[in-house]
Amino acid sequence: MSIGQWSRDLAMGARFALAGGREGWTRSLLTAVGVGLGVALLLLTTAIPNALAERDRREQARSDHTFSQQDIPKADDTLMIVDADTTFRDLDVRGRLLEPEGPRAPLPPGVAKFPAAGEMVVSPALKELLSSDDGKLLRERLDYRIAGTIGEQGLVGSQELAYFAGGKGLAELLEGPASGARIDRFGNEDLGSSDAWDPVLLLLVLVVFVVLLMPVAVFIAAAVRFGGERRDRRLAALRLVGSDSRMTRRIAAGEALAGSVLGLVLGTGFFLLGRELAASAEVFHVSVFPSYLNPSPVLAVLVALAVPAAAVLVTILALRGVVIEPLGVVRTAKPSRRRLWWRLLLPLGGIALLYPMIGQGDDGGNFNQYLVVGGVMLLLVGVTALLPWVVETVVARLGSGGVAWQLAVRRLQLSSGAAARMVNGIAVAVAGAIALQMLFAGVDGNYTRASQYDVSRAQMSVDVPDGSDPSAIIGKYRETEGVRKVTALSDVYLFDRGSEDSSVQITLADCASLREVATLPSCHDGDIFAAKGSEYDSASDHLAEPGTTLWTPEPDGDTARSGERPVSWTVPQDIRQAQSREDPTGYERGGILVTPGALPGKLAAFTSARLFLSLDLSVPDAYDQVRNTAARLDPAVQPMTWHSIESNDRYATIRTGLSVGSACVLALIGASLLVSQLEQLRERRKLLSSLVAFGTRRRTLGLSVLWQTAIPIGLGLLLAATVGIALGAVLLRMTNTSVRVDWPSVLSMTGIGAGVVLVVTLLSLPPLLRLMRPDGLRTE
Amino acid sequence: MSIGHTLLGLLESGPRHGYDLKRAFDEKFGHDRPLHYGQVYSTMSRLLKNGLVEVDGIEAGGGPERKRYAITEAGITDVARWLATPEKPEPYLQSTLYTKIVLALLTHRDAGDILDTQRSEHLRSMRILTERKRKGDLADQLICDHALFHLEADLRWLELTAARLEKLREAVTR
Amino acid sequence: MTIPAGSLLTAQDLRKAYGPTTALDGAEFSIHPGEVVAVMGPSGSGKSTLLHCLAGIVMPDSGSITYNGREVTSMSDAERSALRRSEFGFVFQFGQLVPELTCVENVALPLRLNGSSRKEAERAALAWMERLEVDDLRKKRPGEVSGGQGQRVAVARSLVTNPRVVFADEPTGALDSYNGERVMELLTDAARSANAAVVLVTHEARVAAYSDREIVVRDGKSRDMERVV
Repeated sequence: MSIGQWSRDLAMGARFALAGGREGWTRSLLTAVGVGLGVALLLLTTAIPNALAERDRREQARSDHTFSQQDIPKADDTLMIVDADTTFRDLDVRGRLLEPEGPRAPLPPGVAKFPAAGEMVVSPALKELLSSDDGKLLRERLDYRIAGTIGEQGLVGSQELAYFAGGKGLAELLEGPASGARIDRFGNEDLGSSDAWDPVLLLLVLVVFVVLLMPVAVFIAAAVRFGGERRDRRLAALRLVGSDSRMTRRIAAGEALAGSVLGLVLGTGFFLLGRELAASAEVFHVSVFPSYLNPSPVLAVLVALAVPAAAVLVTILALRGVVIEPLGVVRTAKPSRRRLWWRLLLPLGGIALLYPMIGQGDDGGNFNQYLVVGGVMLLLVGVTALLPWVVETVVARLGSGGVAWQLAVRRLQLSSGAAARMVNGIAVAVAGAIALQMLFAGVDGNYTRASQYDVSRAQMSVDVPDGSDPSAIIGKYRETEGVRKVTALSDVYLFDRGSEDSSVQITLADCASLREVATLPSCHDGDIFAAKGSEYDSASDHLAEPGTTLWTPEPDGDTARSGERPVSWTVPQDIRQAQSREDPTGYERGGILVTPGALPGKLAAFTSARLFLSLDLSVPDAYDQVRNTAARLDPAVQPMTWHSIESNDRYATIRTGLSVGSACVLALIGASLLVSQLEQLRERRKLLSSLVAFGTRRRTLGLSVLWQTAIPIGLGLLLAATVGIALGAVLLRMTNTSVRVDWPSVLSMTGIGAGVVLVVTLLSLPPLLRLMRPDGLRTE
Repeated sequence: MSIGHTLLGLLESGPRHGYDLKRAFDEKFGHDRPLHYGQVYSTMSRLLKNGLVEVDGIEAGGGPERKRYAITEAGITDVARWLATPEKPEPYLQSTLYTKIVLALLTHRDAGDILDTQRSEHLRSMRILTERKRKGDLADQLICDHALFHLEADLRWLELTAARLEKLREAVTR
Repeated sequence: MTIPAGSLLTAQDLRKAYGPTTALDGAEFSIHPGEVVAVMGPSGSGKSTLLHCLAGIVMPDSGSITYNGREVTSMSDAERSALRRSEFGFVFQFGQLVPELTCVENVALPLRLNGSSRKEAERAALAWMERLEVDDLRKKRPGEVSGGQGQRVAVARSLVTNPRVVFADEPTGALDSYNGERVMELLTDAARSANAAVVLVTHEARVAAYSDREIVVRDGKSRDMERVV
């Protein structure tokens, strides 16, 4: 066969696709939009690693200091930098105070000129927030004049909130609890680079990608076959005018090729559009600049080649069982019964690939990425291979029922392949999502834990800088709007002179605050208690005896209060017993509880205080009122906000990513389902009309359409749940987590799948009703 | 075919001389078989006798004297009755039907009615034949089928003519 | 026109337009129980629309249709559907058999729609298939039988509910003369013996010859030939 003949036939097919009248190009457009959406999703996914790498690179370029870095002397090229991050509602704001110490001090990326004291440069998103009505409280907190904006180079995302403020005397600030350093450059290579991924997290990411992309691939395959039956009739007409069967196949391939190439163009358009949209959106507090979203060229080329190739392949495979005769299309009358054995090979092969990695999740073991991807893919492809067999086998055995049921079952029996094809995408998506949700739920304990904090007692805590007078600071917080109660606890550890290892915790607080940590029979200023019942503090049992002399720590070079002599204190005779209880942080303390009147002033200087704030949550923005107070007192002090659940951010991101991704994929598949559903209905227009003519209730026909979709979907979801649970179990075994089926997520994923079907059926009802109008009977 | 009715019909559009009648007849209907003048003469005498036409006037010219005939009320009624009566369905009656249709068009009657009536008549015969066929043996069936097919052919001609009535009207009244 | 005494189904002054096209323009109709009436006329004359209106499939823009003393045009869609299910039967030119169902299931379908059990419905269906000499096709699907056989199956289906009126729209349009006549013979015999009226839309004279009388539809107007003659 000459190349010329090939290209002539393909070109003819392409012409049919584009110039085949209204019907022709509607079909091509449908295919193109379907393929385009898939391509856009593919491109976006291939661009995400790049985007994340770009964010990492920029994050590193602007990294400034760590706790462990070497002190450097003040010079004309040094810069004092102090962290002044803050939180506004649930938004994190990156903040830094800058004080150049010479003309050659390094400028942070994206900043043209150091802000003077009392000025700041802000990111565009922060600028917008500050100027909005919503940002009023934040404006009070960041009480600097805006002197400019931070350029893209200094930001990791378009929606990032960040500022650099000019400061004075930052070196002194660093004496306190502030975090900062003297630096001579930004972008330390040792810093900012992200930690190596935990192998389990890496496994999750790999599986998420496969799970999201597999249904897209299935979807593209389905999109190429939109309008297949009409196409077959057109091909039959071509046979009539003399083209041979090979030619018609090539022409069909040409049509698919044209549709998919159009789809590539559309997909690129969708992708560019999505890229621009991405700049204005923030997902999971992560935003990107459009320029980040560049698919790697190799992957892009791969997509550009693979999609049309797949389109042609799918078309030719689809035509395999079809004999196009000049006078019509003959589907090989009795398709050979589907065989089970090779279909089982795929999922079994997938398990075989994953099996060697079982138990490698702990102690930093590594997973072979190729085996993981290959194994998961085989298992999921196994769903698409098994589903037609399952549908055929089950449907052949379905018994009698009402008319709607009978119509649906008979139709499925005759074309179980088409039905299975329709739900393949959903089944794959649901199977993958179930496996992932199981994996997530299983490793949940590792990455999410209930925090010890008792958020019913206090919602925020703030440290008082050592040496400052807590009472003044407590007063400021008490006055803050939305603060109901301030519990102030000061701690100092005293040692037994004989042994450095033996120490006792002394908690200094007023009676009201002490009641938060122990059950006191009665309390007056000047009282002193030995706290009993703590599981942490066994040493206190004998050190809290009356008459024991305790000492402040031996001063050494590291402590800030060097030069002071150790101070001693003797446990007084009137110490009473008290039952310890959990403080708001969940800590059950032991040692000695002292009211201010009972502690000598010289010891009080050694204490460090922490305030627990109970908020009135009905006051709007109570949290931010507290933050504002803290910023007024010391811009480098950040109050801590308590949450009942703590989770690893990265893990949370993946989980939400999966949910959003699954939703998008299911919506996409739902759309394709709807298109093929409508097409089928149009094909049967005359039949529907005649059924209505002899009095079939619309309800019966609607129900039969519902059954017709619901039966294969039900089977698909059943299979998907089975494969998903199996895959989830294998993945859990790989991470050495005990296998537990996460039924809620199984049910919710299958529920979403079922919901898609319901929506599709509902959406196809209006056209169905329209088709059932008697116009379809008119032949003239 | 009834020449008398045809000539009567031709007279309906206005009085004519015998010779004019012959010419009009030949032009419209006598494609392969022109009317002999003697036939016109004897037919007109019969119609005169039956009171269906009257002599409108006599012209004396250079040759033989020429009578001008006009149709009477009774004549018009007679033509109408004739047009409305379907022909007995038998083979080869299209020349009669054709004459009737053309006359109807010429006299601004509803030619469609004639066709409908004729179809009804044909169908009646076909029903009888169909009934005989259903009750009869194979020989009856074959014989009836032959007749049925012929009648059907006529009917199809009727249908076709019905579809072309407008064109025919243009052609004959031009 | 006056309603002839004893009519089962009559229509008066029916008008129906599809957009700018007038399909019916004052058509009339009447049929007696057990009568076979052919509706004839050229293509596009409105004869199918007349049938659709008479059967309550299409609502006329104006005019009245009376079935057995009930006004069809004032019935709800559900009532008309129920009427079609229980009192009427239908045969169309093609595309009416559900391709997925076997022939006997197709014939049983109207009974099943009326709520009969499957077994019962298929027993009755088989009896009708025997009368129409297609009982050997019961396990076959419509795609596997010839056009004439399929049409006989459709006739069996139209009669299975013992309807009072069978509407047949060009029932032999896709058949050759032998099969067409066979179908007509079986249809009219069966209908007559069940005292069912048949409204037969056709443009073929030999098919119309199976009727008791015919009406002609032209340009949306009907003409009852029996009354004229």
